Amino acid sequence: MQDFTQFIKQTFEARNDSSPFETLRKEAFTKFCEQELPTKKIEQWRHKAIDKLVEPQYALQSEPLPYIPIEKFFKCNVQNINTQMFAFLNGWFVHDNQPLLTFENGIIVGTILEAVKQYPELVLQHFSKIRPDKTDGLIALNEALFSDGIFIYIPDNVRTEMPIQVVSLIESEQNLMLQHHNLIVMGKNATLSFIQCDDSLRNEKSFINNVTEIFMDEYSQLDYYKMENKSSESLLANNIYVNQQANSQFFSNVTTFNGGYVRNNIHVEMNGEYADAKLYGLYLVDRKQYVDNQVEVIHNQPNTSSNQLYKGIADDEAGANFNGHVIVKPHAQGIAAYQINKNIALTDDVKITTHPFLEIYADDVKCSHGATIGQLDEEAMFYLRSRGICKRNARMLLMYAFANNVADYVKIPELRNRLNEMIQKRLSGELSICDQCILHCSNKKSFDFEFKIKPFSN
Amino acid sequence: MLRIENLHVSIKGKEILKGVNLHVQKGEVHAIMGPNGTGKSTLASVIAGKDLFDVTEGQIIYKEKNLLDLSIEDRAREGIFIGFQYPVEIPGVSINNFMRTALNEIRQYKKLPPLTASQFITLMEEKRKVVELTSKLSDRSVNEGFSGGEKKRNEIFQMAVLEPELAILDETDSGLDIDALRIVANGVNQLKSKDNATVVITHYQRLLDYIVPDVVHVLFDGKIVKSGPKELALELEEKGYDWIKTEYEQGLIK
Repeated sequence: MQDFTQFIKQTFEARNDSSPFETLRKEAFTKFCEQELPTKKIEQWRHKAIDKLVEPQYALQSEPLPYIPIEKFFKCNVQNINTQMFAFLNGWFVHDNQPLLTFENGIIVGTILEAVKQYPELVLQHFSKIRPDKTDGLIALNEALFSDGIFIYIPDNVRTEMPIQVVSLIESEQNLMLQHHNLIVMGKNATLSFIQCDDSLRNEKSFINNVTEIFMDEYSQLDYYKMENKSSESLLANNIYVNQQANSQFFSNVTTFNGGYVRNNIHVEMNGEYADAKLYGLYLVDRKQYVDNQVEVIHNQPNTSSNQLYKGIADDEAGANFNGHVIVKPHAQGIAAYQINKNIALTDDVKITTHPFLEIYADDVKCSHGATIGQLDEEAMFYLRSRGICKRNARMLLMYAFANNVADYVKIPELRNRLNEMIQKRLSGELSICDQCILHCSNKKSFDFEFKIKPFSN
Repeated sequence: MLRIENLHVSIKGKEILKGVNLHVQKGEVHAIMGPNGTGKSTLASVIAGKDLFDVTEGQIIYKEKNLLDLSIEDRAREGIFIGFQYPVEIPGVSINNFMRTALNEIRQYKKLPPLTASQFITLMEEKRKVVELTSKLSDRSVNEGFSGGEKKRNEIFQMAVLEPELAILDETDSGLDIDALRIVANGVNQLKSKDNATVVITHYQRLLDYIVPDVVHVLFDGKIVKSGPKELALELEEKGYDWIKTEYEQGLIK
């Protein structure tokens, strides 16, 4: 890790930035030098810490690649899905001289680097302020050295019909370190469906460390879908911070299909009455993959509610961890907080840990938690087989049912269908054949895009 | 069709079946009666292939094959169907998906082509009528949140879809009200043919008013101690099982 810290110090000193983020970057850099990468000594990193997994150094994409339309190198394989799609390539927002778009209804979407210039107040009011003060070295690292990030602003009373989709792609022959810092600001009574996809186009030992901050004003609604499908060599850390005002509704569905090491950290602060959060997740890991979901919900205000549902299936020697933490503050009465984490271990070599954790300081609360790690239900297996279904298919049916239960909450039908299909393929082993993004290898022979590295080196 | 010879079965060293003999021919309906805890459900489970039990002696010959050598799924594919006393709930697996997988695997085993989607839908519609099930139920997960009656109807529905040669119905009448009982029994009667056989396991004679058996057996202390025509069931209903117990203890029946 010494080497890595050294690498970060050199990188930070070598760069040149005069943006409004500069003060923040410097503070964060100082913080990172103190904290460094989290180690196993930190409770939340007890099971597998990232400091042992990073390479001593990474390549950096110090500036955006020349513009190529997204369609040229990426096609979303979710059939018939209608989204407003934006892409990041090697850490930079892909655009044709339009870094920031303002739509008729006032919606603003584009790179955060431009947004902070055009709307400094709007951005700086929230940027790095939604996260709690105390965070770990990964956040400091991100704030010191993030390259770019998406900025989305939905004005008051604007109800977005078409989902916004952001795809982050890596195309490099080197091991890249990528850091996005995203900001979503939801106005009062605004609605949005947001789909964030992390895909690799190549199989590299990349290190991705993202922070997404979300501010939700009163009565706003955000459906947040996160699809993770990285190469099995990559390290991916996703940190999501949500600040919910009164009556806002946050729904998240985080699906991890592939990835060497994936850590999803969701932290929700409920700062207004009747705020509601539904935090769902699904992970299907095999080989030596490892996925860690850390969910933290802080009920700061009365009459707020939260519901966590995380399910996972681990095969081969894969590992998974779930930390679900609910904190109910002393004056926050009338809380409902539920938490479920269910896991299926398919082999004896799988390692799964789960920590449901309720910390309650108020007395009028309804809380429950449940965590299971087990094998498939033997009784159900027997029942299916007694009708003529072979062992393999009976297992498939049960695993599919187990996993689909989470996908069924996805509200966009096209995405839900695609997820169902992907789960099926993933479980039947078809998807692990392909180490590339499964989003577009449903039919490998008919790749309808061709990715060439050449245009970039010009 | 089915020959059970001197079947001894134990669970964790405790002998439950102590030499059962039972012969069932095509086209017949048999009823197995007897008080609680005499091994009726064990018999059904052993035929289904539950591995909880050890067969220590005897054999089960089904269609001239040694049944105990067949896997659970192959028994079903060979035409055996068990209507379970306590059908399992399987959240997330729809009845449609379940039945389609089962049916096509059985067809594959018999070297028949799989059913097309429309053939399957037609078949399901037709079979639902047998037990007066609504189509809504088929989209639901298998037995999840079903009432006791719905679960049993769902068993008979599956039987209708899979068209077994030998159906063993384990206490299909338990937990049913009169209407449900009539529906379930009607279902079983509709499925009866000269080529298949049914074994009904029950406590009460009531079911046998609807499903009329050719032979009634009394299972007691792990053995079939008495067999007779359908009137035997009426006698049991009237006198209870005590006289069987007395006769058995006095060595009048074995």
